[in-house]
Amino acid sequence: MTTNEALVKYCLRLGDSSLILGQRMAAWCSNGPVLEEDIALSNIGLDLFGQARTMLTYVGEIEGKGRTENDLAFKRLEREFYNTLLSERPNGHFGDTVVRNLLHSAYTYHLYTALKDSSNETIAAFASKSLKEITYHLRHSAEWVVRLGDGTEESHNKAQVSLNEIWEYTDDLFTMNEVDDLLIKENVAVDLNNIKSLWSNTINEILERATLSRPEDSFMQAGSLNGMHSEVLGHLLAEMQFLPRAYPDANW
Amino acid sequence: MSKTPQYNTDKIWNFLSEIPDPEIPVITIAELGVLRNVELLDNTIIVTITPTYSGCPAMKAFEDDIKSALQHHNIESFEVKTVHSPAWTTDWMTEKARTKLKNFGIAPPIKGTQDKGVLFEQGPKEVQCPQCGSNSTKLVSQFGSTACKALYNCETCKEPFDYFKCI
Repeated sequence: MTTNEALVKYCLRLGDSSLILGQRMAAWCSNGPVLEEDIALSNIGLDLFGQARTMLTYVGEIEGKGRTENDLAFKRLEREFYNTLLSERPNGHFGDTVVRNLLHSAYTYHLYTALKDSSNETIAAFASKSLKEITYHLRHSAEWVVRLGDGTEESHNKAQVSLNEIWEYTDDLFTMNEVDDLLIKENVAVDLNNIKSLWSNTINEILERATLSRPEDSFMQAGSLNGMHSEVLGHLLAEMQFLPRAYPDANW
Repeated sequence: MSKTPQYNTDKIWNFLSEIPDPEIPVITIAELGVLRNVELLDNTIIVTITPTYSGCPAMKAFEDDIKSALQHHNIESFEVKTVHSPAWTTDWMTEKARTKLKNFGIAPPIKGTQDKGVLFEQGPKEVQCPQCGSNSTKLVSQFGSTACKALYNCETCKEPFDYFKCI
């Protein structure tokens, strides 16, 4: 694997995770529990789409196949997506969504903080820009998890179930392969083991405030590095890609 | 024989800087800090802009407005370039823009306030109501009508208002 091939894969991970989570958040538009939350959830989606565009446009430039950000978003199949397994988890109810978002935004918060110093200028710029937005996303989801966890008996129990059910997808965030080995040497990427301990501390702090118990690591899912996803990604893509595939000449 | 046009980047900056923000028409793209640079490179005008937020839908409008302003001034060879570094910050917003925002009914970002604490921050302590001037206001949501604004409520005049949040 050349450094350029590794860089393409790495940037696809970043871009795809933003894109897929963004698509999940967009599905909340007009379905939020209250108007303010409807706006907040859609706004988070918008930030994520913006972040995805930066990375996918860059991938198009460096892979040299003449693909645009739209080609990459709308004309790839499940196995060609490298988004984190966590980012594709379904929205479920509001509690499921904020728990997922907490786990994911705490991850991107620490990842982007480290990537601000990447030797790759585009990744460094992407990270410092995105970090400002992710900070708001993390605060939003953390406050809600505390409110639900430390709320009524019903909200507490529901939030605990959300957390228990999604926990097995958190390990995938920190898996690494030869792409990471190559790019860490070049100071482009960062060691995800370091990110994991920072993430773990943030999550522990929030869960403690929320009076929720951190689930035990049991069987943990993995596979996003090889484009192995759960069934839900196919359904998401079918909806997201329908229009450009049905009407390839459509323009906007 | 075509004549090489003489471009004056200061002049171009001047007319581009008058383009209003499509969402908040009382301030211009220069006052907002979105317009970063105008330079001449190999007889091509390069206009550099930076987004307030990555997903800001106004970016396309900024770009289109810049293109049509350049064409209006008979400039044909140009490129509008978007950069993400250095990342946009509300600190770049001019005093004049802050006053205009307030008069328009949007509480301007509080300068120097590090509204950037990661967890459990309730935003800046005192955001003044742009309608009645009261300091007794309350954060409703960190996400408002656009990505760059938070939603507040005034406890004195009871009116909701937008606050241009610090990033």
